[in-house]
Amino acid sequence: MDRAATAEKIAALIAPFNKKEIAVTDATTFAGDLEFDSLTVMDFVAAIEDEFDIIISMNQQAEIETYGQLVDAVVKLQG
Amino acid sequence: MTDLFSKFDPLIQMRTDLLSTGVTDPFGLVMEKVISPTVAICNGRETILLGTYNYMGMTFDADVIAAGKQAFDLYGSGTTGSRVLNGTYSPHRDVEEALKEFYGMDHAMVFSTGYQANLGIISTIAGKGDYIVLDIDSHASIWDGCKMGDAEVVPFKHNDIEAMEKRLRRIPEGAGKLVILEGVYSMLGDIAPLKEMIAVAKKYGAMVLVDEAHSMGFIGPNGRGVAEEQGCLDDVDFIIGTFSKSVGTVGGFCVSNHPKFEIMRLVCRPYVFTASLPPSVVATAATSVRKLMHAADKRAHLWENSRTLHKGLRDAGFQLGTQEPQSAIISVIMPDLERGAGMWEALLHEGLYVNLARPPATPAGMTLLRCSLCALHSAEQVQTIIGMFERAGQKAGIL
Repeated sequence: MDRAATAEKIAALIAPFNKKEIAVTDATTFAGDLEFDSLTVMDFVAAIEDEFDIIISMNQQAEIETYGQLVDAVVKLQG
Repeated sequence: MTDLFSKFDPLIQMRTDLLSTGVTDPFGLVMEKVISPTVAICNGRETILLGTYNYMGMTFDADVIAAGKQAFDLYGSGTTGSRVLNGTYSPHRDVEEALKEFYGMDHAMVFSTGYQANLGIISTIAGKGDYIVLDIDSHASIWDGCKMGDAEVVPFKHNDIEAMEKRLRRIPEGAGKLVILEGVYSMLGDIAPLKEMIAVAKKYGAMVLVDEAHSMGFIGPNGRGVAEEQGCLDDVDFIIGTFSKSVGTVGGFCVSNHPKFEIMRLVCRPYVFTASLPPSVVATAATSVRKLMHAADKRAHLWENSRTLHKGLRDAGFQLGTQEPQSAIISVIMPDLERGAGMWEALLHEGLYVNLARPPATPAGMTLLRCSLCALHSAEQVQTIIGMFERAGQKAGIL
């Protein structure tokens, strides 16, 4: 799956967690802009993992702060 | 200069706000005199203890105390050294023998605390390129063990077998896998479906570590824990436990049948680079562990206490952490921290001590009043406790 298609799928998965319906760009941060707490992160990561059939370990999550970084990571993890 | 303490400002503010309401500091309690495993003098008042981990009431057992006193006389107050250098005395070996007898396992290794047992075993056995799959509600010592090691850490939703299986299935072929579970989860007092979860872990070729800190001595026909109760102890590769709960002193351990287990004594840094437990502590632990093997009557009475308290609190109208009593922990869910602290204080004024638990220790941001029962609570005390909860609940506006 290319970056655009991956990004589109991820955007759809963010929607239910985007309570304030802010506009998501590559620079949008999960902790700051989207105000994800640790429980939301777990549910959101599980949704991404199930959608793409991948694992995003906590070690990898620590490197991901923005939407753009997540899309890049998921593209890479799909191989 | 950047003040390195500024990161704690939100917590400092939260504490200031809470204490400004005039409530007694729930984290500043001092016991002036301990009368028995179930009664102490707190802030000058005789108080029933319902927030200790003294599940089997061993802290004042005459044989346990005598063993400690004898070890003091024979071996002195401390070892001043690591287990691998000058810190192994015969009581250290003896308590490891007692654990092997208790669990019916080949190897036992004693750490200075239960925290260090998790820290040491997890960080040492799961290395770079290995995967740890663990329950999201795992104890802080498990998380810290993961953080200290170099393995990839993959959490799954609490007690969710399917979520666990999905993650195991996705791990790259050939990678080492460690699944970490707990018998009893100490915040809500619920147990894990270990039999099903361990079967799945084994299907994917994972090794399994189970923390049985809150079940030892009490759950299972021989008090070996939830894995014994569910008939899957033989499939557990590593059991982690502690002396600071049912055993009644301090210290941690790992028992295992792994044929190469003894190498841990040389490679596990939280075992090597710290002083060993004082001889009096391991002597009391050895005596206590052996007595717990023959404590079926106490186990039965503790279950009775747990059932009575659970029913009494539920009938009074409190919201509890589990539908049915699953362990010696009964968790009462509070609407928020402020009312939880108010209820905690009202109980203290009634003469009852429970644990106030709050995030980040609790799951889902909950504030809990955690009640942990003791096999030495009398049936009468349990009824007194229920009455105290009812009065305090009215006073604090919870009921």
